[in-house]
Amino acid sequence: MEDEKKLIQFQQKIDQDIKIEPRDWMPEKYRQTLIRQISQHAHSEIIGMQPEGNWLTRAPSLRSKKILMAKIQDEAGHGLYLYCAAETLGIKREQFLQWLHEGKAKYSSVFNYPTLTWADMGAVGWLVDGAAIVNQVSLQGTSYGPYARAMVKICMEESFHQRQGFEIMVQLANGTKEQKEMAQDAVNRWWWPSIMMFGPHDSESAHSNQSLKWKIKRESNDELRQRFIDKTIEQGHHLGLIFPDPNLKLNPETNHYDYSPIDWDEFWNVVKGNGAGNRQRLNHHIKAHEDGKWVREAAIAYAKKSNLKQKSA
Amino acid sequence: MNDKIFDYCLRIGDSSLILSHRIGEYCSKAPILEEDLAITNVGLDLLGQAESFLNYAAELKGNTTADELTFKRKEKDFRCLHLVQTPNIDFAFILTRQFLIDCYHQTLFNQLINSQDERISGISKKAIKEINYHLKRSTEWILRLGLGTDHSNQRLQNAVNELWMYTDELFIDNETDIKMDKLNIGPLSSSLKNPWEQLVTSTLRSASIEVPEANLYSLQYGKNGFHTEYLGYILAEMQHLPLLYPDASW
Repeated sequence: MEDEKKLIQFQQKIDQDIKIEPRDWMPEKYRQTLIRQISQHAHSEIIGMQPEGNWLTRAPSLRSKKILMAKIQDEAGHGLYLYCAAETLGIKREQFLQWLHEGKAKYSSVFNYPTLTWADMGAVGWLVDGAAIVNQVSLQGTSYGPYARAMVKICMEESFHQRQGFEIMVQLANGTKEQKEMAQDAVNRWWWPSIMMFGPHDSESAHSNQSLKWKIKRESNDELRQRFIDKTIEQGHHLGLIFPDPNLKLNPETNHYDYSPIDWDEFWNVVKGNGAGNRQRLNHHIKAHEDGKWVREAAIAYAKKSNLKQKSA
Repeated sequence: MNDKIFDYCLRIGDSSLILSHRIGEYCSKAPILEEDLAITNVGLDLLGQAESFLNYAAELKGNTTADELTFKRKEKDFRCLHLVQTPNIDFAFILTRQFLIDCYHQTLFNQLINSQDERISGISKKAIKEINYHLKRSTEWILRLGLGTDHSNQRLQNAVNELWMYTDELFIDNETDIKMDKLNIGPLSSSLKNPWEQLVTSTLRSASIEVPEANLYSLQYGKNGFHTEYLGYILAEMQHLPLLYPDASW
């Protein structure tokens, strides 16, 4: 009875757009959904450092090296905000990492695709970050306060990332024949994975309805996907790039771009762990974590000794 | 053009460039996320310092750019110190290398802010603020590892022992040093040894780390264009794209 009353009050708050804060009562399922979603988001930022780090030592100019390094650092920072936001739900970061390493927590599947050329640094920024921003702008209005505030900060930096990616694409699209080919090849490989980032169609999405009702999500997967496609096509055409979808055309009735059916077999195959980079990305993270164990132990031991010293002083 | 000022800018710029590159290799491999952020910050500062010195070097030489100096120069024309070329063996090595260089940078740049060359003093006034922060961070980690656990103390001691020989080069004077000193542009490298040693040894002793015996390591140094075997691989990776596509601009 008590819970039912609380649930009604909770929904009223949500409907009035009042943010839910860590100490407020919340349904257990709301908490669990947020734990899953925010930690998945944090893991994506952290795992996403790897495909870009892959080109940090080969960035072809001082300017591009600096920008890429700053961008990867931002991603580490985003991961940090998000782990902190997730920790307000009562789970420690160490636990989130353990779930990641055990395969119980996911991260965005797009980071399991390999970055094969320098143009991928452009395509990842332009398309992958571009898709992420559409989702994140929407999440600035999410109902859980710490998550919404983290998103506001993240969105500011992500828009810089997308511009960085687009700048690389502009440079390559206006460059030599080989650079143009490199840019086109990157679009061919990254277009569909970036479309898939929005997740399954609304009709197939397991968590969507309740999340929309609780305003954890503010818009559906398909709405967000369509917004991304509509804004990106124009940019690509401006660069003279061709998208790998023959059915991509503006529908005069809806004023949106129509697109071919998505290859969901590929999507689920990568989600299930069979992408080119799933093992590589996870093993890299596990190795770094294990290699750093002695350092973390030393830092903890030193902090304890310092505290003792301070107390006895 | 003043060849020696050019050479001097290359030494400082190349050393920061290569150290920043090594830090880039360590991306996403730090023991904790906070440290991934911190070390990347240091890498970015170093890259910025490298760019400033290489821009100046390019202007002194004429008809070239910092990018061309970075991505199209031959190995023997690099002037970076051997210490920054050493590989990322583990966190203890990465940290020790950084600490030894941070102490060196602080000692050097405290002099360079008063350089008679306005460009060098200008770059150095900005850089010294960053360097002071770098040294604060690496000193804190030396204490954590030195005083943390027996295991961390041993690993740190091992890294200090292994890297110590490379510090010899920091304080060797060559013709460039003599010229810089004469023109009041930069100090003699040998004059930096005492203040550097004081800085390094006081922290190492506080961290229960033994300071190795001083030893002469080699007669051939990075600052004279003789390098470790490591540098060739670093450049092969770093210069790969501009060399593969010589007509492209990036």
